[in-house]
Amino acid sequence: MDALLTGLSLAVTPENLLYAVVGVLLGTAVGVLPGIGPAMTVALLLPVTYNVEPSAALILFAGIYYGGMYGGSTTSILLNTPGESSSVITALEGNKMAKAGRAAQALATAAIGSFVAGTIGTVLLVALAPTVAEWVVVLGAPSYFALMVLALIAVTTVLGSSRLRGFVALTLGLTIGLVGTATGQPRLTFGNPLLADGIDIVVVAVAIFAVGEALWVAAHLRRRPLEIIPVGRPWMDREDWRRSWKPWLRGTAFGFPFGALPAGGAEMPTFLSYVTERRLAGKHRAEFGKGAIEGVAGPEAANNASAAGTLVPLLAIGLPTTATAAVILAAMQGYGLQPGPQLFEAEPELVWTLLASLFVANTLLLVINLPLAPLWARLLRTPRPYLYAGILFFAVLGAYSVNFQWFDVALLVLFGVLGFAMRRFGLPVLPLIVGVILGPRLEEQLGQALQLSRGDVSALWSEPVAVVVYVVVAALLLWPLVLRLIPGRQAPERLADEVDELEEEVRR
Amino acid sequence: MSAAEDAAPVAPVTPVVDRAQYALAAVLAVVGVWTVVDSAGLGPGFADQVVRPAAFGYVIGSALVVLAVLLAVATARGDRAEGEAGEDVDLDQGTDWRTLAGLAGVLVATIALLDVLGWAIVGALLFAGAATVLGNRHWVRNLLIGAVMSVGSWYGFYVGLGIPIPAGVLDGIL
Repeated sequence: MDALLTGLSLAVTPENLLYAVVGVLLGTAVGVLPGIGPAMTVALLLPVTYNVEPSAALILFAGIYYGGMYGGSTTSILLNTPGESSSVITALEGNKMAKAGRAAQALATAAIGSFVAGTIGTVLLVALAPTVAEWVVVLGAPSYFALMVLALIAVTTVLGSSRLRGFVALTLGLTIGLVGTATGQPRLTFGNPLLADGIDIVVVAVAIFAVGEALWVAAHLRRRPLEIIPVGRPWMDREDWRRSWKPWLRGTAFGFPFGALPAGGAEMPTFLSYVTERRLAGKHRAEFGKGAIEGVAGPEAANNASAAGTLVPLLAIGLPTTATAAVILAAMQGYGLQPGPQLFEAEPELVWTLLASLFVANTLLLVINLPLAPLWARLLRTPRPYLYAGILFFAVLGAYSVNFQWFDVALLVLFGVLGFAMRRFGLPVLPLIVGVILGPRLEEQLGQALQLSRGDVSALWSEPVAVVVYVVVAALLLWPLVLRLIPGRQAPERLADEVDELEEEVRR
Repeated sequence: MSAAEDAAPVAPVTPVVDRAQYALAAVLAVVGVWTVVDSAGLGPGFADQVVRPAAFGYVIGSALVVLAVLLAVATARGDRAEGEAGEDVDLDQGTDWRTLAGLAGVLVATIALLDVLGWAIVGALLFAGAATVLGNRHWVRNLLIGAVMSVGSWYGFYVGLGIPIPAGVLDGIL
């Protein structure tokens, strides 16, 4: 508690407060803007922030993360096409509410719900992360190796519509991670000394997120303008409050654990929250599909709570479970910080400042965003040529600023083409990014584990935690096969398919 | 990266083979084989090193080849890729190769000119070129906005972060 108060006093210094405000504003803006998400923004800012204090940069990133989660809801409520996968569910009821003239209430319940969920989630994070860190500090290299394998397999198999494509993306990411120097010898560098230090994660992330997206949109740019519903200042009446508070709490309960587990992201909890609210709606049940406020309040709370949950494995173990968390991890490594239990011992001030600033960012989000909603809505009208030209401009600047070499820009374009191909062939982005980041660490931990055992492979399952983790990995891999063997069930049901079904059902 | 097939309208009524996916599988196989070949050329590392520098390369390279085969088989059996949706993406249209070619030209020109002309000029050309290719024909205004952004970012780096971006031909003027 003392540590948190110290952190809080550091978080509200004018400088750090400024970073939090900038982060929240930037995060909400990019959450609202089509084509850009928090992961891309953090990636673009990486080279810039290498020149400021690590704590300031992390505060900025935390603001962007929370802000981006919230900003996505504005888009899905005011436009009928959600941008981030985590706000697909919000669009179901949110857009119906907006069309019925209740956009202000939908935005209000999303904003206040995000605040409630974010606050509870951050309290849980503060309570859990140090405990988890204490618990994992005793783990050895075999357990870390197992946990990393789990993270890689989980982000690959749990999300997306095709496991094959998930593994293709993961393996491509691991291949990119191989480039560089292995035990003093150049590996996969094509004899180019510029590649000897490996490919900078900034270049890969910016290329895949920003350039790939810009090229993909350019190839399929929507010619007819989208219909944007005008909105005033968000507000709710007593009845809306009465109907919203329970879904907020239930959404938080779904969101946080799913964020904290390496089951990746907010899709699953938002879906579960929506289904639960519909089941519990009672006399309002008929409103579902026509704009029920519960269907916005629950998923939006789940969404933000999962963002807080994601930070538990990131800070305490050093495992990223979402794209944004993966890029933040890359940033921490860039500062020479190793997320995980050591972080809490080596840099307590930094950790607690970051945790305290999450509360600050969350409060700012509410204070700033309720009055600014009409402005955010106007952001949706940004002319698309300028938006995507601007994304390319900042992507090139970001890659160039790593070393000020044209070579990095050439790599950026090359991986941008890969990013385009991934979107064309439905390859998920997250496994690739996590593969690039965790690949080298995976090799390092395996090397350590086997070095200590002098090459005895059984050392890999010599720790109980490692054994448990491998059982979970096996379950994740074999689960669809098992489901297929159970009579009466034809194929494993995928989350994406279920969401599609739900959408069709609601839109009818 | 992909062949022209995906310009065809998306209407999966009859099982049409997504032939562009064969190209993807081929690329994966080539990268995989190259990774294995490159790993084979690596020395053994330290005498007591258990995980050799080549080990991960062998595993990952072979995995890529296996996945390439699986993808090719799935493609032959009618598996189709689902393009990524988004706010500004209209998947009912075919791929707009002209815009893509224009953007590719702008990006390649950026790489070629960056060292010679410096960021302040190339950044402005990049923004103006991309905006024009993407459908905004007011190229004078685009150039002005681009110039403000590139010169602004140059001074932002110099004043705000203390990093001088190489100025190219404008060295001494900025």
